[in-house]
Amino acid sequence: MIDLKSLTIKKAHESLKKGEFTCRELAGEYLKAIREKNGELNAYLEIFDDVLLQADEAQKKFTNGSATILTGIPLAIKDNILIEGRKVSSASKILENYFASYDATVIVKLKEQGVVFVGRTNLDEFAMGGSTENSAYGVTRNPHDTSRVSGGSSGGSVVAVAAHMALGALGSDTGGSVREPAAFCGIVGFKPTYGKVSRYGLMAMGSSLDCIGSIANTVEDAEIIFSAIVGNDPLDSTSLKNVIDKKDSKKEKFKIGVPWSLVNQEGIDAGVKKNFMEAVEKLKNIGCEVKDVSLPNMDLALATYYILMPAEASTNLARFDGVRYGLHKDGKNFQEDYLLTRGRGFGPEVRRRILLGTYVLSAGYYDAYYGKAQNVRNLLKKEFEDAFKIFDLILTPTAPMPAWKVGEKSDPLSIYLADIFTITANIVGVPAISVPSGDIEIDGKKLPLGIQFMAPHGGEDMLFEVGKKFEALKK
Amino acid sequence: MNIKDIENLAELAKIELSEKEKEGLLKDFDNILEYIKQVERVDIKDLEVEYKNKNIWREDELKSREFSPELIKNQFPDSKDGFVKVKKIL
Repeated sequence: MIDLKSLTIKKAHESLKKGEFTCRELAGEYLKAIREKNGELNAYLEIFDDVLLQADEAQKKFTNGSATILTGIPLAIKDNILIEGRKVSSASKILENYFASYDATVIVKLKEQGVVFVGRTNLDEFAMGGSTENSAYGVTRNPHDTSRVSGGSSGGSVVAVAAHMALGALGSDTGGSVREPAAFCGIVGFKPTYGKVSRYGLMAMGSSLDCIGSIANTVEDAEIIFSAIVGNDPLDSTSLKNVIDKKDSKKEKFKIGVPWSLVNQEGIDAGVKKNFMEAVEKLKNIGCEVKDVSLPNMDLALATYYILMPAEASTNLARFDGVRYGLHKDGKNFQEDYLLTRGRGFGPEVRRRILLGTYVLSAGYYDAYYGKAQNVRNLLKKEFEDAFKIFDLILTPTAPMPAWKVGEKSDPLSIYLADIFTITANIVGVPAISVPSGDIEIDGKKLPLGIQFMAPHGGEDMLFEVGKKFEALKK
Repeated sequence: MNIKDIENLAELAKIELSEKEKEGLLKDFDNILEYIKQVERVDIKDLEVEYKNKNIWREDELKSREFSPELIKNQFPDSKDGFVKVKKIL
């Protein structure tokens, strides 16, 4: 019996190295947990049928001495990341029976280390949503209260880790899709600097925003997964070259800025605010300097996002035409083929965003929306650059509320507003991490909350450092 | 916006919509557009935009890739002799 609840990647690696358990035994424990819990939680869309065989392959690396830190570690993969020969659906009907024809770069890197891929996890269709309620294959439930959402869009990956059905996971983060569910489920969600991790083989939503992030129980685990997938890739032209990291992570005292005007605005849950204030006090107690930071236009990040993202998504999703791959619905002529295929293959939220993107890009509205949003984006980049001249980090709650009840929010805008704190990191391209900050009790259930640190471009090390310090406080 | 606008967008985006969905979308759009209109209030004339984006080029060389052409071809919804088959366009 392996205690999955207290297991970390390092501990598992040590045990595998010493032979305390084998890769097969470890994978077997996770498969057992999946059999017990996945039916209710719906984190996985598919458990791969060769998990134990993958584990046996990994074991060979221990035998021949080529094992690395992630060898034999069971990870869950969001179902919008391609693994050659395996199904990949983006939780959409339009790709229901689609098989990937190549490996994403992040998968190639993980395969080199001998990672065991447990299965593909549920998401909001094409990663569009903040609750994993938009999946064509059912909602993913929060393990802390199964009447509530997991958050999203990487809800499946997050629940797989939070409910100990995988030791870590990959997700994608376009506006908070790794960080928000991590906060809702009480684990760590990390989004790198834009361009640090290759997106080759990740299904595109908003190409100027998309990042692949790591999901784990501890900050150290999130860091280990990130270290395995980071790096320049000629196959992704937005991939960064020769980034010089900010090497000041060993700082004893971080200078942290809090945009209080945004945190104190209406619509932020009182329990979230209280928990956040407590987190700020804790950080002060360990020697961090916490002060108000002025980011006058940060409140416009969300509006900017809901112009840029649909515009980019509507373009990216034009490829689903029923001609080259995926679903095909036959009509009277080729025009009708498109209409039927896309009308029936895409779910309601995806249709909504494609239409919204089509609208903001149409002649006559382009300047008012897309052009203006690009300008606001530049303005925000400038404001963040200035803020990071004074501060090492910027701190906010991860989400303005705890996980909501499944089906409670029917108005799309009210779900969009859950992204209010996470969006900005994607708009300006900086790295960010959500770490658990305790919980609040609602209806007799303890619901987790998280706080989010943002660092300047390339400042990942500082995020891991401060994250570990904050994490250590609860022990 | 009115129903005609929604229909026009659906035609541009090549998405079939039911009557009921058009009504729903019209309502959603009113809310969403009202919200994103906030960007209009920003005065950006003082901002000197610094474009840091640049084109990334690579050599146009033939390199082998780990790919499965068979898997791609087998998944064409309709094909003939390894080519994608579509309905008559003109």
